[in-house]
Amino acid sequence: MTDVKPVLRLEGIVKTFPGVRALDGLSFDVLPGEVHALMGENGAGKSTSMKVLGGIYQPDEGAIIMGDEQVVMNGPLEAKAKGIVFIHQELSLAEELSVAENIYLGELPRKSFGRVDWALLYERTDAILKKLKVGFNARTRVGDLSIANQQMVEIARALTVDAKAVIFDEPTASLTDAEKVVLFDVIADLQAEGVGIIYISHRMEEIFKITDRITVLRDGQYVGTVETKNTDEERVTQMMIGRKLDLSRNVSHHELGNVALEVRGLSCGKLYSDVSFEVRRGEVLGFYGLVGAGRTEIAETLFGLREPSAGQILLDGEEVRISSPADAIARGISLVPEDRKGQGLVLGMNCRDNMTLPQVDDLKAGPFMAEGAEVAIFDQYRDKLDIRTPGWKQRVGNLSGGNQQKIVIGKWLSMHPNVLIVDEPTRGIDVGSKSEIHKLLRGLAAQGYAVIVISSEMPEVLHVSDRIVAMYSGRVMRTFTSEEVTEDNLIQAISGLTDDRAA
Amino acid sequence: MSDVSQREGAKREGKMSSLSRQQIGTVLAKQGILIAFVIFIVAFTIANPKFLSPDNLLSVVRSSAIIGVMALGVTFVVISGNLDLSVGSMMSFSTIVVLDLHDKIGPLLAIPTMFAMTLCLGAVIGFLVGYLKLNSLIVTLGMLSAIHGLTLTYSGGKNMDIADKEGTWFGFFGQGDILGIPVPILLFIALAAGLGMTLSRTPFGRKVYAVGGNGTAATFSGIPRARTVFYCYLISAACVATAGLIQASRSLGSQNTVGQGLELEVLAAVILGGASLLGGSGTIFKTVIGVLILGFIQNGLLLMGLQFYAQFVVTWIIIILAVWLDIAAKRGKLWSSFA
Ligand SMILES: Nc1ncnc2c1ncn2[C@@H]1O[C@H](COP(=O)(O)OP(=O)(O)OP(=O)(O)O)[C@@H](O)[C@H]1O
Ligand SMILES: [Mg+2]
Repeated sequence: MTDVKPVLRLEGIVKTFPGVRALDGLSFDVLPGEVHALMGENGAGKSTSMKVLGGIYQPDEGAIIMGDEQVVMNGPLEAKAKGIVFIHQELSLAEELSVAENIYLGELPRKSFGRVDWALLYERTDAILKKLKVGFNARTRVGDLSIANQQMVEIARALTVDAKAVIFDEPTASLTDAEKVVLFDVIADLQAEGVGIIYISHRMEEIFKITDRITVLRDGQYVGTVETKNTDEERVTQMMIGRKLDLSRNVSHHELGNVALEVRGLSCGKLYSDVSFEVRRGEVLGFYGLVGAGRTEIAETLFGLREPSAGQILLDGEEVRISSPADAIARGISLVPEDRKGQGLVLGMNCRDNMTLPQVDDLKAGPFMAEGAEVAIFDQYRDKLDIRTPGWKQRVGNLSGGNQQKIVIGKWLSMHPNVLIVDEPTRGIDVGSKSEIHKLLRGLAAQGYAVIVISSEMPEVLHVSDRIVAMYSGRVMRTFTSEEVTEDNLIQAISGLTDDRAA
Repeated sequence: MSDVSQREGAKREGKMSSLSRQQIGTVLAKQGILIAFVIFIVAFTIANPKFLSPDNLLSVVRSSAIIGVMALGVTFVVISGNLDLSVGSMMSFSTIVVLDLHDKIGPLLAIPTMFAMTLCLGAVIGFLVGYLKLNSLIVTLGMLSAIHGLTLTYSGGKNMDIADKEGTWFGFFGQGDILGIPVPILLFIALAAGLGMTLSRTPFGRKVYAVGGNGTAATFSGIPRARTVFYCYLISAACVATAGLIQASRSLGSQNTVGQGLELEVLAAVILGGASLLGGSGTIFKTVIGVLILGFIQNGLLLMGLQFYAQFVVTWIIIILAVWLDIAAKRGKLWSSFA
């Protein structure tokens, strides 16, 4: 290995923000044709180091070396021109523009007099999209695409230039299994062309499937680099968080109380139809299915964001009409939404204010906000969820992705709901915190809450649920108890194969 | 050996040049308004030593009070992510109405009636922008012209004057003083304090920031977006009514067009204070600073002998400067590298 020259090398990179030493002397290199994983807890500095590489931040100290030369990246376009392509953790697309315009933003092909060469633009884009096997074309407006498809647009950007190194920052966080397969094919192609790939993810199974080496960061510091084939999940976890994890399936059950929420024959236009289920206090009900199966839409209906076209919702045995989120909150329903940036957080507001937002009207001292009580709530959930931030005054937009997600979870836990609905609760959360959150969800059920967990990650549903509702294309295919569920019959049910009962 | 030192040198040089350039850009962008303000003050004082005299300072604050009071209300609207371009024409309306009613039903009834009528106008805008979700630029630009028409219809196109200027206490709000401090200034300070507390410390203020910062997330948190925007326009209208009261009381007579063009000065003050037009940021304190900066610059230019009407051009230039610096601060540099 020593005779191969790295495409890219970081040397002693230091980057500080007010109150945070995000990177503290980070060094590692990427070889041509390798997939190099970058792992670490939420806030370890993974995204920050990649932003330094991508020219978005300037390092305080240290050097970036490409080939034999030290390079300085003064901006994203300069980094791209040097062959470094960065696919962001948070989507950064212009919703009103077409797919093609987004992919070639800032470098649209031109004809004479600076006119955009639309024909060429669409032709090039469609060629790339074909490689990615996606179901939309170059002219589609990005705002009309699902989050997963928007992610594919980000990935398509990587294929437009002659890349030397491509950085994927949690690309699979919102992809379906089928889309993941396509992504991994793309990565394999890039690899074959000798491109160096940096791959950031919290999902162990992916890391072990596609990467060659793993570099681990902790608190902005370099912990070590290992060859993937010479290590295992347990050892990497140990490097990241210094302890082991319990990843088994859920077998315990809590004592069940009465039915907190019952849904009978609920339908909402074409989104889903004839959905019936119930959740008892003390129970975690998992919803598993492919993206687009209608799970999020059911949650939004229960939270008063959509009007059902038919069916009944019963809370504690009483039929209710939930007309708005405020109404849902008043009835003790909480929803942790799937899109933290769009639906969960006001990025420009500080951590504390975000966390107490749903209960501003209840935290009063006279006419004013009871700021002391607010800080107390924030502190409580910061400790409970291990949120890494210099203090409550930090803007949420400055937190790492996983820590942002934890703020959203804390926000809704602090409402002490009767029914807690969480939609993809651990998206972007590191393995350690993930198991903490799973424990927390189980613990809440034990305290008598009714919990609904929507997830596209099979290990997650298997790990936390007492019962699992399998959905396919807007319909409930089957409800499993945790004794009868297996990976196979679950996959069958969510693929729409109905003969699993006979089998 | 030489290879290493060469690289070290390159490293330091590369870092130095990029860092210092970037830092200067950031500092200029972030503090640009203040730096420009200080330069103005120094230049004005050199040009005309009267500029910093207590008399002149007081007169600046006094003449800024009307703009200031309106800017307080517009701050709420801007933070909620909307615009209000109707405040100037709405102020003309308030002024004319209260002067007219003064002689018809007496000042004691005229003032609350005028407030109620102005609040109705605010409610109409709040309904259209908040509940019907119409674009605030279009709605308030339309209202600017509609309210102007309303005022002209109401007054029959004539100027309005109080008949008995000597025998009324109505002049108190514009001309009176308490302990030597002019009442308009006291009104401005009281409103600024009250609205400042409302915005920074009450649940309602928190909701305004949330709605302007990310409306979808606010909805997902159970915050009534439409109602919050509605209330912002009511607050704006109440401030406009107060400004109209000061204006009417100061001159005891008025043209139909007293407020014309003030909407831009008000907006300039709010943006100068650093509120983002995208919503979600800004404070009452910053707006007060913005009002004062605008007032001092205009006053300074007048003292230097600039024609009164040239002020309109100057105000526009200041707006452009403020918006540019606001964007530059976000980008961290003054020039965009994009074509
Ligand atoms: N612009 C910023 N201002 C202030 N602090 C920041 C900023 N960007 C990042 N940080 C801080 O730097 C640290 C590292 O953040 P980074 O986003 O690199 O973490 P990460 O390893 O990518 O985490 P995750 O797995 O959650 O995505 C965090 O503590 C974060 O709060
Ligand atoms: Mg990250």
